[in-house]
Amino acid sequence: MEFFLKLGQVGQHLPMLMRASVVNLELLGALLVIGFLIGTLVALLQVYGGRVLSTGASVYEWVFRSIPALVLLFLFYYGPSHFGLDIQSFLAASLALGFRSSAYQSQIFRGAIQAIPSGQMMAARALGMSKLSAIRHVILPQAFRLAIPGWSNEYSSVVKDTTLAYAVTLNEIMRYAKTIMDRQYDLAMATFIVVALVFLVFTYSGNALLGLVERRFRIPGLQMPGATGAVL
Amino acid sequence: MREGTMDALLLVEDIHKRYGKEEVLKGVSFQLQKGETKVIIGPSGTGKSTLLRCINRLTEPDRGRVWLEGVEVTSRKVDINRIRAQIGFVFQDFNLFTHLAALDNVRLGPMRVLGMRRDQATKLAREELARVGLAGKEDAFPAQLSGGQQQRVSIARALAMNPKLILFDEPTSALDPELIGEVLEVMIQLAKDGMTMIVVTHEMGFARSVADEIIFMEKGVIVEQGPPAQLFSAPRHPRTAEFLSKITELYGETEG
Amino acid sequence: MSGFYFEWSFLPKLAQGLLLTVEITGACIAFGFVLGVLLALGRVYGGRLISIPCGIYIHFFRGTPLLTQLFIVYFGLPNWGIQLSAFLSGVLALGLNTAAYQAEYFRGAIQAVKRGQMMAARSLGMSRIQAIRSVILPQAFRIVIPSWSNELILMLKYSSIVYSIALLDLMGMGKRIAARNFNYFEVFVVVALFYLVLVLALSQSLRWLERRVRVPGLGAPGLR
Ligand SMILES: Nc1ncnc2c1ncn2[C@@H]1O[C@H](COP(=O)(O)OP(=O)(O)OP(=O)(O)O)[C@@H](O)[C@H]1O
Ligand SMILES: [Mg+2]
Repeated sequence: MEFFLKLGQVGQHLPMLMRASVVNLELLGALLVIGFLIGTLVALLQVYGGRVLSTGASVYEWVFRSIPALVLLFLFYYGPSHFGLDIQSFLAASLALGFRSSAYQSQIFRGAIQAIPSGQMMAARALGMSKLSAIRHVILPQAFRLAIPGWSNEYSSVVKDTTLAYAVTLNEIMRYAKTIMDRQYDLAMATFIVVALVFLVFTYSGNALLGLVERRFRIPGLQMPGATGAVL
Repeated sequence: MREGTMDALLLVEDIHKRYGKEEVLKGVSFQLQKGETKVIIGPSGTGKSTLLRCINRLTEPDRGRVWLEGVEVTSRKVDINRIRAQIGFVFQDFNLFTHLAALDNVRLGPMRVLGMRRDQATKLAREELARVGLAGKEDAFPAQLSGGQQQRVSIARALAMNPKLILFDEPTSALDPELIGEVLEVMIQLAKDGMTMIVVTHEMGFARSVADEIIFMEKGVIVEQGPPAQLFSAPRHPRTAEFLSKITELYGETEG
Repeated sequence: MSGFYFEWSFLPKLAQGLLLTVEITGACIAFGFVLGVLLALGRVYGGRLISIPCGIYIHFFRGTPLLTQLFIVYFGLPNWGIQLSAFLSGVLALGLNTAAYQAEYFRGAIQAVKRGQMMAARSLGMSRIQAIRSVILPQAFRIVIPSWSNELILMLKYSSIVYSIALLDLMGMGKRIAARNFNYFEVFVVVALFYLVLVLALSQSLRWLERRVRVPGLGAPGLR
């Protein structure tokens, strides 16, 4: 009962919490875009690059998958100043989490590219399309569609990871929640529960949206091998 | 260039290809005149598909040369994409672009390779689809079409590039028997219209009635070649006779 | 611009932190394993009354940030009169979190065991629980190893989060050393290397384990 009273008190902070959560969403957008662009490139290098390029891409992927997000955040936040450069916490967080996400996204895209039958590339080349043109007009449009379910998982995971940017003093929702708690310690539980609920909304609405996107772009006959679902 | 080959549309000379230890093609040569239909037959694993793919270098031959209208296809300096744009290829399992509707499958090449304007390419694609009897199927995705329809779309896709010749690699082998006829019909009409074609097939009826010349290949070499009448009635090589009797037993002589 | 000066005398300190990282990871994985199996069984075999709460638990812990969960346990629970040490809070929060993920992997694996297996076991006269224990779970555990290995490695990395409640794990120790000497970059390059080696060693051993317990014919169809 008392807890609901506390929730009510936290409710007064809700507008500010939501404003802080916009920072999380901005960070999410930035890191997803960075991760998408680099992840696509890394996947393409792994599949179509020569020996050297594909090995390099794999090493990149392994390194960014193996170092904890928090360590990456610190490296990107304190690293540049070591070389005499100033970096904003938002940029540092976008880069750290974006590179990290690119390593995970590249794995998703690579799986999708490899699931496309080799005849697709062959047919495109037989028409006289260059490899790049075939990748752009035949391979990627299929791969991106196949990657949506895997990409939804990545979304679910990084949307929550935006809270880690708290560590590099970004004024996102967890940092704001902590200041509420610092002012009024008995609100700790209620505050963090509210934050958790906010993320439940982010996670599930994001997934629902991606589900819509998947259905919108679904094409009969185009699916991951082993995937269930009607062909027509 | 060799003597007597000036008028050949396609000249294939001494093609060799090896996969690991196995030499799949052991020196194959032939030529093709404009408007000619050549049918290649032979047992499985003989290198027929490999040979077709060597012609437009989807597979890189180890040795030997190919000329298309006097341009050396196998030259290192040639822009192979430009050559491929002039050579249609029809695959056994269609390989239609899964994510594109029939119309988009047919106009992708003209737009992206030939640089044709969208409206022009659309018009062309509609015409080619109509030509293979698929007017009205423009918006269907490959998965929504029967095998025979898919193969006809893929023929339209090849035709839309206005190719100098079309290579067919067992175009009816993946089809249910009742769908073979509709594809053969399209191919027969193409031959009549003067399209230059090389067709790998087991359809002896088609070979007999449409081919100007039949090539019998085995184990990476051409065993015998000649007009159908001669090959069917008086094969010079015992292996040819053996193969022909076996294949007619197996596939019958369905006419297209 | 400056060069790379790392005070190598910090290494023993970092090794100490590494030990705590390993302890916390091991403890939370073990706790999460037990709870995860129970949740999965509840999801698959429990009636509605059990299955739905298990589902809500799983959705909550998979849908909210680990950092928030950690703060709920460490800062929130004392509001309700439950005061846990930082170490226990860390293990509990990480364990509750990984339990939800492990539960989903186990559920997938249990459902991937062929239906006939349960029927065959029951036809031998085994009770449902006996069948689950001696026929279903042994197969499910083998099927689940690849995804479970991923989860273990993921938790090893996420355990770094406990630095935020002042624990001196590898991350926390690095932060402390760096803050004292203000050489964040050098220290965290070394910390990153520690994690790289740790992850490499762990993934190699897990791969070895996977080969050891492999049973012919028992794969994970469509499950990675
Ligand atoms: N990419 C490849 N890598 C390795 N071996 C290959 C490859 N492509 C073909 N081969 C081998 O080369 C040989 C000839 O293959 P090819 O497909 O050209 O035969 P084919 O005459 O078309 O047979 P079919 O009638 O079965 O289509 C076969 O033994 C095949 O296994
Ligand atoms: Mg073949």
